[in-house]
Amino acid sequence: MDDLYRDFILEHYKRPRNFGELEPRDLEAHDYNPLCGDEMGVHIRLDGDRIAALRFHGHGCAISQAAASIASEELIGMRRQEAAGLDADWMLELLGIPISATRRKCALLNLKVMRGALTGDASWPPEGDDGA
Amino acid sequence: MTAGPSIASARAEAAPAGPGAPLPVPLDIRGDFPILAREIDGRRLVYLDSAATSQKPESVIAAIDDYYRAHNANIHRGVYTLAQEATDLFEGARQRVAAFVGGEPATTIFTRNATEAINLVAYSWGRTHLGPGDAVLITQMEHHSNIVPWQLLCAERGAELRYLEVSDSGQLSLAQLESELARGDVRLVAVAHVSNVLGTINPIAEIVARARAAGAVSLIDGSQAVPQLTVDVSAVGADFYAWTGHKALGPTGIGVLQGRAELLEAMPPFLAGGDMIASVDFQSSTWNELPWKFEAGTSMIAEAVGLGAAVDYLTGLGMERVRAHERALVAETLERLAGLPDLRVLGPADADARGGVVSFVIEGIHPHDIAELLNRQGVSIRAGHHCAMPLMRRLGVPATARASFGPYNVSADVDALADALAGARRTFEL
Ligand SMILES: Cc1ncc(COP(=O)(O)O)c(C=O)c1O
Repeated sequence: MDDLYRDFILEHYKRPRNFGELEPRDLEAHDYNPLCGDEMGVHIRLDGDRIAALRFHGHGCAISQAAASIASEELIGMRRQEAAGLDADWMLELLGIPISATRRKCALLNLKVMRGALTGDASWPPEGDDGA
Repeated sequence: MTAGPSIASARAEAAPAGPGAPLPVPLDIRGDFPILAREIDGRRLVYLDSAATSQKPESVIAAIDDYYRAHNANIHRGVYTLAQEATDLFEGARQRVAAFVGGEPATTIFTRNATEAINLVAYSWGRTHLGPGDAVLITQMEHHSNIVPWQLLCAERGAELRYLEVSDSGQLSLAQLESELARGDVRLVAVAHVSNVLGTINPIAEIVARARAAGAVSLIDGSQAVPQLTVDVSAVGADFYAWTGHKALGPTGIGVLQGRAELLEAMPPFLAGGDMIASVDFQSSTWNELPWKFEAGTSMIAEAVGLGAAVDYLTGLGMERVRAHERALVAETLERLAGLPDLRVLGPADADARGGVVSFVIEGIHPHDIAELLNRQGVSIRAGHHCAMPLMRRLGVPATARASFGPYNVSADVDALADALAGARRTFEL
Protein backbone atom coordinates (compact mmCIF):
# COMPACT_ATOMS: atom_id res chain seq x y z
CA MET A 1 0.00 0.00 0.00
CA ASP A 2 1.35 3.36 -1.04
CA ASP A 3 1.79 5.97 1.72
CA LEU A 4 0.60 8.86 -0.36
CA TYR A 5 -1.78 7.30 -2.85
CA ARG A 6 -4.02 5.64 -0.26
CA ASP A 7 -7.33 4.13 -1.33
CA PHE A 8 -9.34 7.04 0.04
CA ILE A 9 -7.13 9.56 -1.78
CA LEU A 10 -7.61 7.76 -5.09
CA GLU A 11 -11.30 7.37 -4.38
CA HIS A 12 -11.71 11.13 -3.82
CA TYR A 13 -9.52 11.84 -6.87
CA LYS A 14 -11.57 9.64 -9.15
CA ARG A 15 -14.97 10.62 -7.74
CA PRO A 16 -14.53 14.07 -6.23
CA ARG A 17 -17.37 15.33 -3.98
CA ASN A 18 -18.88 18.74 -4.55
CA PHE A 19 -17.16 19.38 -7.84
CA GLY A 20 -18.62 21.59 -10.53
CA GLU A 21 -20.26 25.00 -10.67
CA LEU A 22 -22.89 26.61 -8.44
CA GLU A 23 -25.69 28.76 -9.82
CA PRO A 24 -26.64 31.09 -8.21
CA ARG A 25 -23.64 31.79 -5.97
CA ASP A 26 -22.59 34.48 -3.54
CA LEU A 27 -18.82 34.16 -3.60
CA GLU A 28 -16.17 32.78 -5.89
CA ALA A 29 -12.42 32.73 -6.40
CA HIS A 30 -9.97 31.14 -8.72
CA ASP A 31 -6.22 30.50 -8.55
CA TYR A 32 -3.28 28.65 -10.04
CA ASN A 33 -0.36 26.73 -8.77
CA PRO A 34 2.21 28.32 -11.05
CA LEU A 35 4.69 25.52 -10.51
CA CYS A 36 2.56 22.82 -12.07
CA GLY A 37 -0.19 24.71 -13.87
CA ASP A 38 -2.85 23.28 -11.58
CA GLU A 39 -5.92 25.39 -11.54
CA MET A 40 -8.76 25.54 -9.05
CA GLY A 41 -11.88 27.59 -8.59
CA VAL A 42 -14.57 27.61 -5.93
CA HIS A 43 -18.19 28.73 -5.88
CA ILE A 44 -19.90 29.34 -2.54
CA ARG A 45 -23.54 29.94 -1.61
CA LEU A 46 -24.23 31.40 1.82
CA ASP A 47 -27.19 31.03 4.12
CA GLY A 48 -26.78 33.83 6.65
CA ASP A 49 -23.27 33.36 8.00
CA ARG A 50 -23.05 29.69 7.07
CA ILE A 51 -21.70 28.01 3.94
CA ALA A 52 -24.85 26.47 2.49
CA ALA A 53 -23.26 25.04 -0.63
CA LEU A 54 -19.77 24.89 -2.06
CA ARG A 55 -18.27 23.50 -5.24
CA PHE A 56 -14.68 23.28 -6.46
CA HIS A 57 -13.66 22.97 -10.10
CA GLY A 58 -10.48 22.92 -12.15
CA HIS A 59 -7.81 20.34 -12.73
CA GLY A 60 -4.80 19.10 -10.87
CA CYS A 61 -2.97 16.17 -9.38
CA ALA A 62 -4.49 13.50 -7.15
CA ILE A 63 -3.37 15.33 -4.03
CA SER A 64 -4.90 18.70 -4.93
CA GLN A 65 -8.15 17.16 -6.17
CA ALA A 66 -8.57 14.77 -3.24
CA ALA A 67 -7.76 17.53 -0.75
CA ALA A 68 -10.46 19.75 -2.26
CA SER A 69 -12.97 16.93 -2.24
CA ILE A 70 -12.26 15.98 1.37
CA ALA A 71 -12.27 19.61 2.52
CA SER A 72 -15.56 20.31 0.77
CA GLU A 73 -17.35 17.78 2.96
CA GLU A 74 -16.16 19.62 6.08
CA LEU A 75 -16.76 23.12 4.76
CA ILE A 76 -20.41 22.78 3.87
CA GLY A 77 -22.42 23.91 6.90
CA MET A 78 -19.45 25.62 8.52
CA ARG A 79 -19.67 29.23 9.75
CA ARG A 80 -18.07 31.65 7.33
CA GLN A 81 -15.89 33.12 10.08
CA GLU A 82 -14.54 29.73 11.07
CA ALA A 83 -13.85 28.61 7.51
CA ALA A 84 -12.01 31.85 6.74
CA GLY A 85 -9.58 31.13 9.56
CA LEU A 86 -8.72 27.53 8.68
CA ASP A 87 -5.00 26.95 8.28
CA ALA A 88 -2.61 24.51 6.68
CA ASP A 89 -2.56 22.22 9.70
CA TRP A 90 -6.29 21.75 9.44
CA MET A 91 -5.98 20.63 5.83
CA LEU A 92 -2.95 18.40 6.36
CA GLU A 93 -4.52 16.69 9.36
CA LEU A 94 -7.69 16.14 7.43
CA LEU A 95 -5.71 14.56 4.59
CA GLY A 96 -3.81 12.35 7.01
CA ILE A 97 -1.03 11.42 4.61
CA PRO A 98 2.63 12.48 4.61
CA ILE A 99 2.91 15.55 2.39
CA SER A 100 6.41 16.49 1.24
CA ALA A 101 7.48 20.11 0.87
CA THR A 102 7.10 19.87 -2.92
CA ARG A 103 3.50 18.66 -2.67
CA ARG A 104 2.40 21.10 0.03
CA LYS A 105 1.17 23.64 -2.49
CA CYS A 106 -0.94 20.92 -4.13
CA ALA A 107 -2.59 20.02 -0.84
CA LEU A 108 -3.28 23.65 0.08
CA LEU A 109 -4.56 25.01 -3.23
CA ASN A 110 -8.22 24.43 -2.33
CA LEU A 111 -7.78 26.18 1.02
CA LYS A 112 -6.15 29.10 -0.76
CA VAL A 113 -9.06 29.63 -3.15
CA MET A 114 -11.69 28.98 -0.46
CA ARG A 115 -10.13 31.56 1.88
CA GLY A 116 -9.77 33.92 -1.08
CA ALA A 117 -13.49 33.61 -1.83
CA LEU A 118 -14.50 34.20 1.79
CA THR A 119 -12.13 37.05 2.62
CA GLY A 120 -11.38 38.61 -0.76
CA ASP A 121 -7.69 38.27 0.11
CA ALA A 122 -5.83 36.04 -2.33
CA SER A 123 -2.47 36.44 -0.59
CA TRP A 124 -2.80 33.48 1.79
CA PRO A 125 -0.57 31.63 2.46
CA PRO A 126 2.05 34.38 2.73
CA GLU A 127 5.12 33.84 0.53
CA GLY A 128 7.62 31.57 2.20
CA ASP A 129 5.43 30.59 5.12
CA ASP A 130 3.20 28.19 3.21
CA GLY A 131 0.36 28.66 5.61
CA ALA A 132 1.98 26.76 8.45
CA MET B 1 12.37 -5.98 -24.61
CA THR B 2 10.62 -5.19 -27.81
CA ALA B 3 13.42 -4.31 -30.16
CA GLY B 4 11.44 -3.68 -33.30
CA PRO B 5 12.74 -3.27 -36.80
CA SER B 6 13.05 0.51 -36.48
CA ILE B 7 15.54 0.17 -33.66
CA ALA B 8 17.49 -2.55 -35.40
CA SER B 9 17.77 -0.41 -38.49
CA ALA B 10 18.81 2.65 -36.50
CA ARG B 11 21.63 0.63 -35.03
CA ALA B 12 22.54 -0.84 -38.40
CA GLU B 13 22.60 2.64 -39.95
CA ALA B 14 25.06 3.79 -37.37
CA ALA B 15 27.36 0.79 -37.69
CA PRO B 16 30.84 1.69 -38.82
CA ALA B 17 31.32 1.65 -42.56
CA GLY B 18 34.99 2.57 -42.68
CA PRO B 19 37.25 5.37 -41.52
CA GLY B 20 35.42 8.56 -40.62
CA ALA B 21 32.12 6.75 -40.21
CA PRO B 22 30.31 7.17 -36.90
CA LEU B 23 31.31 4.72 -34.22
CA PRO B 24 28.77 2.09 -33.28
CA VAL B 25 25.81 2.60 -31.03
CA PRO B 26 24.57 1.86 -28.45
CA LEU B 27 26.91 3.91 -26.35
CA ASP B 28 27.56 3.04 -22.75
CA ILE B 29 29.45 5.93 -21.16
CA ARG B 30 27.77 5.82 -17.76
CA GLY B 31 31.17 5.28 -16.11
CA ASP B 32 32.25 8.77 -17.21
CA PHE B 33 29.44 10.42 -15.21
CA PRO B 34 30.08 10.20 -11.45
CA ILE B 35 26.53 11.13 -10.47
CA LEU B 36 25.12 8.09 -12.27
CA ALA B 37 26.68 5.89 -9.60
CA ARG B 38 24.25 7.43 -7.11
CA GLU B 39 21.29 5.59 -5.72
CA ILE B 40 17.87 7.04 -4.96
CA ASP B 41 16.40 5.25 -1.94
CA GLY B 42 18.50 2.20 -2.70
CA ARG B 43 17.69 2.13 -6.42
CA ARG B 44 19.89 2.89 -9.39
CA LEU B 45 19.42 6.50 -10.53
CA VAL B 46 17.66 6.54 -13.89
CA TYR B 47 18.11 10.14 -15.02
CA LEU B 48 15.61 11.06 -17.73
CA ASP B 49 15.57 14.84 -17.42
CA SER B 50 18.45 15.89 -19.65
CA ALA B 51 16.26 18.38 -21.51
CA ALA B 52 16.14 20.35 -18.25
CA THR B 53 19.85 19.96 -17.60
CA SER B 54 22.44 17.36 -18.50
CA GLN B 55 24.70 15.50 -16.11
CA LYS B 56 28.41 16.29 -16.27
CA PRO B 57 31.26 13.96 -17.19
CA GLU B 58 34.31 13.61 -14.97
CA SER B 59 36.41 15.55 -17.51
CA VAL B 60 34.21 18.65 -17.16
CA ILE B 61 34.23 18.50 -13.37
CA ALA B 62 38.01 18.00 -13.43
CA ALA B 63 38.59 20.92 -15.81
CA ILE B 64 36.72 23.31 -13.51
CA ASP B 65 38.50 21.92 -10.47
CA ASP B 66 41.89 22.26 -12.18
CA TYR B 67 41.13 25.79 -13.26
CA TYR B 68 40.47 26.91 -9.68
CA ARG B 69 43.31 24.89 -8.18
CA ALA B 70 46.02 25.81 -10.65
CA HIS B 71 45.14 28.70 -12.97
CA ASN B 72 42.62 31.04 -11.36
CA ALA B 73 43.12 34.75 -12.08
CA ASN B 74 41.08 37.47 -13.72
CA ILE B 75 41.44 37.44 -17.48
CA HIS B 76 42.46 40.04 -20.08
CA ARG B 77 44.93 42.83 -19.22
CA GLY B 78 46.94 40.79 -16.71
CA VAL B 79 50.67 40.51 -17.38
CA TYR B 80 51.56 37.88 -14.80
CA THR B 81 51.68 34.17 -15.57
CA LEU B 82 48.40 33.10 -13.94
CA ALA B 83 46.44 35.86 -15.67
CA GLN B 84 47.92 34.80 -18.98
CA GLU B 85 47.05 31.15 -18.33
CA ALA B 86 43.50 31.99 -17.32
CA THR B 87 43.07 34.17 -20.41
CA ASP B 88 44.42 31.41 -22.66
CA LEU B 89 42.10 28.86 -21.05
CA PHE B 90 39.09 31.15 -21.44
CA GLU B 91 39.80 32.21 -25.02
CA GLY B 92 40.89 28.68 -25.93
CA ALA B 93 37.53 27.43 -24.68
CA ARG B 94 35.80 30.03 -26.84
CA GLN B 95 37.68 28.79 -29.90
CA ARG B 96 36.71 25.16 -29.28
CA VAL B 97 33.10 26.05 -28.43
CA ALA B 98 32.84 28.10 -31.62
CA ALA B 99 34.40 25.35 -33.75
CA PHE B 100 32.12 22.73 -32.17
CA VAL B 101 29.10 24.33 -33.84
CA GLY B 102 30.88 25.63 -36.94
CA GLY B 103 31.16 29.24 -35.74
CA GLU B 104 33.91 31.87 -35.47
CA PRO B 105 35.40 32.92 -32.09
CA ALA B 106 34.86 36.63 -32.79
CA THR B 107 31.13 36.14 -33.23
CA THR B 108 30.77 33.63 -30.37
CA ILE B 109 29.61 35.60 -27.34
CA PHE B 110 29.50 34.06 -23.89
CA THR B 111 26.34 34.84 -21.96
CA ARG B 112 24.90 33.45 -18.74
CA ASN B 113 22.56 31.06 -20.55
CA ALA B 114 20.32 30.86 -23.63
CA THR B 115 17.81 33.16 -21.98
CA GLU B 116 20.37 35.92 -21.67
CA ALA B 117 21.53 35.35 -25.26
CA ILE B 118 17.98 35.84 -26.53
CA ASN B 119 17.44 38.86 -24.30
CA LEU B 120 20.67 40.35 -25.65
CA VAL B 121 19.25 40.20 -29.17
CA ALA B 122 15.82 41.48 -28.10
CA TYR B 123 17.34 44.40 -26.24
CA SER B 124 20.22 45.35 -28.43
CA TRP B 125 19.03 44.48 -31.94
CA GLY B 126 15.30 44.68 -31.26
CA ARG B 127 15.17 48.14 -29.74
CA THR B 128 17.06 49.64 -32.66
CA HIS B 129 15.27 47.80 -35.46
CA LEU B 130 11.65 47.44 -34.46
CA GLY B 131 8.87 49.98 -34.50
CA PRO B 132 5.13 50.37 -34.88
CA GLY B 133 3.80 48.38 -37.83
CA ASP B 134 6.60 45.79 -37.56
CA ALA B 135 6.07 42.20 -36.50
CA VAL B 136 8.06 39.49 -34.72
CA LEU B 137 7.16 35.96 -35.78
CA ILE B 138 7.71 33.10 -33.33
CA THR B 139 6.03 29.71 -32.91
CA GLN B 140 3.59 28.09 -30.53
CA MET B 141 6.25 25.60 -29.47
CA GLU B 142 8.74 28.09 -28.02
CA HIS B 143 10.19 27.96 -24.53
CA HIS B 144 9.18 31.00 -22.44
CA SER B 145 12.71 32.33 -22.93
CA ASN B 146 11.97 32.69 -26.66
CA ILE B 147 8.53 34.23 -26.04
CA VAL B 148 8.66 36.68 -23.14
CA PRO B 149 11.59 38.82 -24.40
CA TRP B 150 9.63 39.34 -27.65
CA GLN B 151 6.45 40.19 -25.74
CA LEU B 152 8.29 42.89 -23.81
CA LEU B 153 10.04 44.17 -26.92
CA CYS B 154 6.85 44.31 -28.98
CA ALA B 155 4.96 46.05 -26.18
CA GLU B 156 7.73 48.61 -25.84
CA ARG B 157 8.15 49.26 -29.56
CA GLY B 158 4.50 49.07 -30.55
CA ALA B 159 5.18 46.04 -32.73
CA GLU B 160 3.05 42.94 -33.17
CA LEU B 161 3.94 39.43 -31.96
CA ARG B 162 2.58 36.64 -34.16
CA TYR B 163 2.81 32.87 -33.91
CA LEU B 164 3.33 30.03 -36.33
CA GLU B 165 0.94 27.28 -35.37
CA VAL B 166 1.88 23.79 -34.27
CA SER B 167 0.05 20.96 -36.04
CA ASP B 168 -1.54 18.03 -34.23
CA SER B 169 1.58 16.00 -34.99
CA GLY B 170 3.71 18.72 -33.40
CA GLN B 171 5.09 20.32 -36.54
CA LEU B 172 5.30 23.77 -38.10
CA SER B 173 3.91 24.61 -41.51
CA LEU B 174 6.20 26.20 -44.09
CA ALA B 175 3.08 27.30 -45.96
CA GLN B 176 2.01 29.36 -42.95
CA LEU B 177 5.54 30.75 -42.68
CA GLU B 178 5.27 31.86 -46.31
CA SER B 179 1.92 33.54 -45.82
CA GLU B 180 3.11 35.32 -42.67
CA LEU B 181 6.25 36.55 -44.42
CA ALA B 182 4.21 37.63 -47.43
CA ARG B 183 2.47 40.21 -45.24
CA GLY B 184 5.71 42.16 -45.51
CA ASP B 185 5.93 43.37 -41.91
CA VAL B 186 7.97 40.58 -40.31
CA ARG B 187 11.35 41.90 -39.14
CA LEU B 188 12.41 38.92 -37.05
CA VAL B 189 11.66 35.18 -37.08
CA ALA B 190 12.61 33.33 -33.86
CA VAL B 191 12.25 29.54 -33.75
CA ALA B 192 13.49 26.64 -31.62
CA HIS B 193 15.78 24.24 -33.46
CA VAL B 194 14.43 21.37 -31.36
CA SER B 195 11.32 21.64 -29.14
CA ASN B 196 11.93 20.96 -25.46
CA VAL B 197 8.42 19.52 -25.12
CA LEU B 198 7.58 17.77 -28.38
CA GLY B 199 11.11 16.93 -29.43
CA THR B 200 10.27 18.17 -32.92
CA ILE B 201 13.33 18.94 -35.04
CA ASN B 202 12.35 22.01 -37.03
CA PRO B 203 13.54 22.62 -40.61
CA ILE B 204 15.58 25.62 -39.53
CA ALA B 205 17.80 25.98 -42.61
CA GLU B 206 14.64 26.28 -44.70
CA ILE B 207 13.02 28.68 -42.22
CA VAL B 208 16.15 30.86 -42.11
CA ALA B 209 16.42 30.94 -45.91
CA ARG B 210 12.80 31.97 -46.32
CA ALA B 211 13.06 34.60 -43.60
CA ARG B 212 16.13 36.06 -45.27
CA ALA B 213 14.44 36.09 -48.68
CA ALA B 214 11.64 38.10 -47.08
CA GLY B 215 14.09 40.56 -45.56
CA ALA B 216 13.64 39.30 -41.98
CA VAL B 217 16.37 38.55 -39.48
CA SER B 218 16.37 35.07 -37.92
CA LEU B 219 17.14 33.80 -34.44
CA ILE B 220 17.36 30.08 -33.73
CA ASP B 221 17.09 28.79 -30.17
CA GLY B 222 19.47 25.84 -30.27
CA SER B 223 19.27 24.99 -26.55
CA GLN B 224 17.97 21.47 -27.19
CA ALA B 225 19.76 20.92 -30.50
CA VAL B 226 23.41 21.48 -29.65
CA PRO B 227 23.50 18.70 -27.03
CA GLN B 228 22.30 16.02 -29.42
CA LEU B 229 22.61 16.98 -33.10
CA THR B 230 25.51 17.92 -35.33
CA VAL B 231 24.97 21.67 -35.51
CA ASP B 232 26.75 23.80 -38.11
CA VAL B 233 25.72 27.40 -37.59
CA SER B 234 27.46 28.49 -40.80
CA ALA B 235 25.40 25.99 -42.80
CA VAL B 236 22.18 26.98 -41.00
CA GLY B 237 22.96 30.59 -41.84
CA ALA B 238 20.86 32.09 -39.06
CA ASP B 239 21.58 35.68 -38.09
CA PHE B 240 21.59 34.63 -34.44
CA TYR B 241 21.94 31.20 -32.87
CA ALA B 242 21.49 30.95 -29.08
CA TRP B 243 22.21 27.98 -26.82
CA THR B 244 22.99 27.07 -23.25
CA GLY B 245 25.98 25.21 -21.81
CA HIS B 246 24.38 23.25 -19.00
CA LYS B 247 22.22 21.15 -21.33
CA ALA B 248 25.32 20.22 -23.37
CA LEU B 249 27.24 18.50 -20.54
CA GLY B 250 28.74 21.83 -19.45
CA PRO B 251 28.28 23.73 -16.19
CA THR B 252 25.45 26.12 -15.39
CA GLY B 253 26.09 29.83 -15.76
CA ILE B 254 27.29 29.85 -19.35
CA GLY B 255 25.42 30.23 -22.59
CA VAL B 256 26.37 31.16 -26.12
CA LEU B 257 25.13 33.63 -28.68
CA GLN B 258 26.46 33.26 -32.16
CA GLY B 259 25.68 36.09 -34.51
CA ARG B 260 26.53 37.48 -37.90
CA ALA B 261 29.41 39.92 -37.61
CA GLU B 262 27.74 42.76 -39.54
CA LEU B 263 24.72 42.69 -37.27
CA LEU B 264 26.73 42.40 -34.05
CA GLU B 265 29.01 45.23 -35.08
CA ALA B 266 26.11 47.55 -35.80
CA MET B 267 24.28 46.73 -32.56
CA PRO B 268 24.62 48.88 -29.44
CA PRO B 269 25.97 47.11 -26.34
CA PHE B 270 23.66 45.11 -24.08
CA LEU B 271 25.22 45.37 -20.62
CA ALA B 272 27.73 48.11 -19.92
CA GLY B 273 30.77 48.19 -17.66
CA GLY B 274 34.28 46.79 -17.61
CA ASP B 275 35.77 44.64 -20.36
CA MET B 276 33.28 45.75 -23.01
CA ILE B 277 34.92 49.14 -23.58
CA ALA B 278 37.84 50.33 -25.68
CA SER B 279 38.12 53.62 -23.81
CA VAL B 280 36.07 55.50 -21.24
CA ASP B 281 36.02 59.28 -20.92
CA PHE B 282 34.00 61.28 -18.40
CA GLN B 283 30.93 61.57 -20.61
CA SER B 284 31.24 58.86 -23.24
CA SER B 285 32.97 55.63 -24.15
CA THR B 286 33.90 53.57 -27.16
CA TRP B 287 33.23 49.88 -27.43
CA ASN B 288 35.60 46.98 -27.46
CA GLU B 289 35.77 44.66 -30.48
CA LEU B 290 33.65 41.57 -30.91
CA PRO B 291 32.99 39.41 -29.03
CA TRP B 292 34.05 41.38 -25.93
CA LYS B 293 31.77 44.30 -26.70
CA PHE B 294 28.94 42.07 -25.46
CA GLU B 295 30.78 40.62 -22.45
CA ALA B 296 30.55 43.29 -19.76
CA GLY B 297 32.13 42.64 -16.40
CA THR B 298 34.22 39.71 -15.26
CA SER B 299 33.29 36.71 -17.36
CA MET B 300 32.27 33.23 -16.22
CA ILE B 301 35.81 31.95 -16.62
CA ALA B 302 35.60 28.57 -14.91
CA GLU B 303 32.29 27.93 -16.63
CA ALA B 304 33.79 28.65 -20.04
CA VAL B 305 36.63 26.26 -19.25
CA GLY B 306 34.04 23.66 -18.25
CA LEU B 307 32.06 24.18 -21.42
CA GLY B 308 35.27 23.82 -23.42
CA ALA B 309 35.84 20.45 -21.75
CA ALA B 310 32.21 19.50 -22.48
CA VAL B 311 32.49 20.14 -26.22
CA ASP B 312 35.81 18.25 -26.23
CA TYR B 313 34.04 15.32 -24.64
CA LEU B 314 31.15 15.45 -27.11
CA THR B 315 33.58 15.77 -30.01
CA GLY B 316 35.34 12.68 -28.72
CA LEU B 317 32.07 10.77 -28.72
CA GLY B 318 31.15 12.11 -32.15
CA MET B 319 27.86 13.98 -32.50
CA GLU B 320 26.63 11.63 -35.23
CA ARG B 321 27.05 8.79 -32.82
CA VAL B 322 25.33 10.71 -30.01
CA ARG B 323 22.40 11.40 -32.35
CA ALA B 324 22.18 7.79 -33.53
CA HIS B 325 22.27 6.58 -29.93
CA GLU B 326 19.58 8.96 -28.69
CA ARG B 327 17.47 8.34 -31.76
CA ALA B 328 17.54 4.63 -30.99
CA LEU B 329 16.54 5.29 -27.37
CA VAL B 330 13.63 7.45 -28.51
CA ALA B 331 12.47 4.86 -31.04
CA GLU B 332 12.57 2.23 -28.31
CA THR B 333 10.70 4.51 -25.90
CA LEU B 334 7.99 5.27 -28.46
CA GLU B 335 7.55 1.57 -29.01
CA ARG B 336 7.43 0.69 -25.32
CA LEU B 337 5.00 3.50 -24.49
CA ALA B 338 2.71 2.54 -27.37
CA GLY B 339 2.08 -0.67 -25.44
CA LEU B 340 0.64 1.15 -22.42
CA PRO B 341 -3.12 1.76 -22.50
CA ASP B 342 -4.42 5.26 -21.75
CA LEU B 343 -1.01 6.75 -22.57
CA ARG B 344 -0.72 9.34 -25.33
CA VAL B 345 2.62 10.53 -26.67
CA LEU B 346 2.73 14.12 -27.91
CA GLY B 347 4.75 15.23 -30.90
CA PRO B 348 5.97 13.52 -34.05
CA ALA B 349 5.38 9.76 -34.26
CA ASP B 350 8.62 9.18 -36.14
CA ALA B 351 11.90 9.08 -34.20
CA ASP B 352 13.67 10.61 -37.21
CA ALA B 353 11.62 13.78 -36.80
CA ARG B 354 12.38 14.26 -33.12
CA GLY B 355 15.22 14.67 -30.70
CA GLY B 356 15.67 12.86 -27.39
CA VAL B 357 12.53 14.14 -25.75
CA VAL B 358 9.29 12.23 -25.20
CA SER B 359 6.34 14.04 -23.63
CA PHE B 360 3.23 12.11 -22.77
CA VAL B 361 0.01 12.14 -20.79
CA ILE B 362 -1.85 9.27 -19.16
CA GLU B 363 -5.62 9.48 -19.02
CA GLY B 364 -6.45 9.22 -15.31
CA ILE B 365 -3.06 10.11 -13.78
CA HIS B 366 -1.90 13.69 -13.50
CA PRO B 367 1.70 14.26 -14.72
CA HIS B 368 2.80 15.25 -11.21
CA ASP B 369 1.56 11.99 -9.81
CA ILE B 370 3.35 10.12 -12.61
CA ALA B 371 6.62 11.88 -11.77
CA GLU B 372 6.15 11.21 -8.05
CA LEU B 373 5.45 7.51 -8.57
CA LEU B 374 8.38 7.15 -11.01
CA ASN B 375 10.74 8.78 -8.53
CA ARG B 376 10.01 5.95 -6.11
CA GLN B 377 11.56 3.63 -8.67
CA GLY B 378 14.59 5.91 -9.01
CA VAL B 379 13.33 7.24 -12.36
CA SER B 380 13.73 11.03 -12.62
CA ILE B 381 11.38 12.64 -15.13
CA ARG B 382 9.86 16.12 -15.24
CA ALA B 383 6.19 17.01 -15.03
CA GLY B 384 4.59 20.35 -15.70
CA HIS B 385 4.36 22.93 -18.44
CA HIS B 386 8.10 22.83 -19.23
CA CYS B 387 8.18 26.63 -19.58
CA ALA B 388 5.93 26.35 -22.61
CA MET B 389 2.50 27.41 -21.38
CA PRO B 390 1.28 28.61 -24.80
CA LEU B 391 2.14 25.18 -26.22
CA MET B 392 0.25 23.45 -23.39
CA ARG B 393 -2.78 25.54 -24.31
CA ARG B 394 -2.38 24.62 -27.99
CA LEU B 395 -2.13 20.93 -27.10
CA GLY B 396 -5.13 21.18 -24.79
CA VAL B 397 -3.31 19.76 -21.76
CA PRO B 398 -2.50 21.53 -18.50
CA ALA B 399 0.81 19.72 -18.19
CA THR B 400 2.73 16.74 -19.53
CA ALA B 401 5.15 14.18 -18.19
CA ARG B 402 8.44 14.31 -20.06
CA ALA B 403 11.28 11.81 -20.32
CA SER B 404 14.39 13.12 -22.04
CA PHE B 405 17.72 11.54 -22.86
CA GLY B 406 21.39 12.30 -22.76
CA PRO B 407 24.22 10.37 -24.37
CA TYR B 408 24.73 8.51 -21.06
CA ASN B 409 21.29 6.89 -21.09
CA VAL B 410 21.02 3.25 -22.00
CA SER B 411 18.34 0.84 -23.09
CA ALA B 412 17.91 -0.34 -19.49
CA ASP B 413 16.73 3.20 -18.64
CA VAL B 414 13.91 2.83 -21.16
CA ASP B 415 12.99 -0.48 -19.54
CA ALA B 416 13.00 1.19 -16.12
CA LEU B 417 10.74 3.95 -17.44
CA ALA B 418 8.26 1.55 -19.02
CA ASP B 419 8.18 -0.70 -15.94
CA ALA B 420 7.69 2.24 -13.59
CA LEU B 421 4.86 3.55 -15.77
CA ALA B 422 3.15 0.17 -15.68
CA GLY B 423 3.53 0.31 -11.88
CA ALA B 424 2.01 3.78 -11.75
CA ARG B 425 -1.01 2.54 -13.68
CA ARG B 426 -1.41 -0.29 -11.17
CA THR B 427 -1.22 2.12 -8.21
CA PHE B 428 -3.97 4.20 -9.78
CA GLU B 429 -5.94 1.03 -10.55
CA LEU B 430 -6.12 1.80 -14.26
C1 LIG C 1 14.18 25.20 -26.03
C2 LIG C 1 14.77 25.93 -24.87
N1 LIG C 1 15.09 27.21 -24.99
C3 LIG C 1 15.64 27.90 -23.98
C4 LIG C 1 15.87 27.32 -22.76
C5 LIG C 1 16.42 28.17 -21.66
O1 LIG C 1 17.68 27.76 -21.24
P1 LIG C 1 18.35 28.53 -20.05
O2 LIG C 1 17.40 28.42 -18.90
O3 LIG C 1 19.63 27.80 -19.79
O4 LIG C 1 18.54 29.93 -20.48
C6 LIG C 1 15.53 25.99 -22.57
C7 LIG C 1 15.75 25.34 -21.26
O5 LIG C 1 14.90 24.93 -20.55
C8 LIG C 1 14.97 25.27 -23.66
O6 LIG C 1 14.63 23.99 -23.51
